[in-house]
Amino acid sequence: MEHGVAEVTIHHEPASTTKRIWKVFWILLIITIVELTLGISLYLLDLPEGLRMHLIKGVIIILSLAKAYYIVSVFMHLGDEIRNMIMTVVVPLMLFIWFI
Amino acid sequence: MTTTAVSQHQTKWWSGGKSPFNVEYGKLMMWYFLMSDSFTFGAFLISYGTIRFSQNYWPGPSYVFNTFPGAGETNLPLAFVSLMTFILIMSSVTMVLAVHEGHHGNKKGVVKWMAWTIVGGLAFLSCQAWEWNHLITGHHPVLVDAATNRIEEWGQSMRHNPWGPIVENVTYHGEKVTRPGPVAFGGYFFGITGFHGFHVFSGVVINTIMLIMAQTGVFERRGHYLMIEKAGLYWHFVDLVWVFVFLCFYLI
Repeated sequence: MEHGVAEVTIHHEPASTTKRIWKVFWILLIITIVELTLGISLYLLDLPEGLRMHLIKGVIIILSLAKAYYIVSVFMHLGDEIRNMIMTVVVPLMLFIWFI
Repeated sequence: MTTTAVSQHQTKWWSGGKSPFNVEYGKLMMWYFLMSDSFTFGAFLISYGTIRFSQNYWPGPSYVFNTFPGAGETNLPLAFVSLMTFILIMSSVTMVLAVHEGHHGNKKGVVKWMAWTIVGGLAFLSCQAWEWNHLITGHHPVLVDAATNRIEEWGQSMRHNPWGPIVENVTYHGEKVTRPGPVAFGGYFFGITGFHGFHVFSGVVINTIMLIMAQTGVFERRGHYLMIEKAGLYWHFVDLVWVFVFLCFYLI
């Protein structure tokens, strides 16, 4: 699509259906429900400080990172961009996560 | 859907005359702004994590956030915040659908889905407001001075935290009594959820402007709905931050 002035970008065909969007919605919903179930179980079981509690928390964190991947890649369409551009966004974020 | 395979063989992206990432300047800059904003939020959450795990005692979120509007005293941990998460995810989906309609140049569809996104944003803000109000005005008996057994009724504030360890064998008008909890809790909770809420609010404002622009045909005349895409990026960022705020404050 031409933007008039100096910028030229090559248009790519948008998806014709919303199927992918709804599929990702269901994925996000299920991941959230699993996270909440684990969270409630942490509350109800009242586990002492130990491997099992930290393991459950670790799983919850990984599930949240999975949600982040789906939102960024599909909803924000980053997955559809040119590879180098994806890298300019993903590499600093990975470094930041490592920093955390 | 991707241009990468085909176009990289056909063109040299960096030889000038075209956008090397095949993306509009505004969109690229929005991505980089979102990067900077995520560093800010990340810094806040790291700081929260450092303080929180350095304390011997920290209020369990399922004990602090266990109410639901309309349910009175019923103990419902995680229920209300699940609703808030669901609302925000739904509004993200309606936003993607608006962007999708924009790709097809369908003005009516864009307006419809943007309206729903705004509704979702306002619903989320209302829920957050209820949560804050409940925390601030909800009074709990706190054993302020062990020597004199003085009990005061405290709500959550930046300087007072009623959620400390429970005092055994003491009740006050039938309620359990606690000691004062770590003061940092209030500052972090209100500060971080407030900063996020401010982003949601500004997102709602931006979306409203987008809705009006779409409705009055500004994008139709331009020939593209790229502005909606950029607003969409911001809105998804807001949703993403919530995923991590919700994770840090309510789940771990």
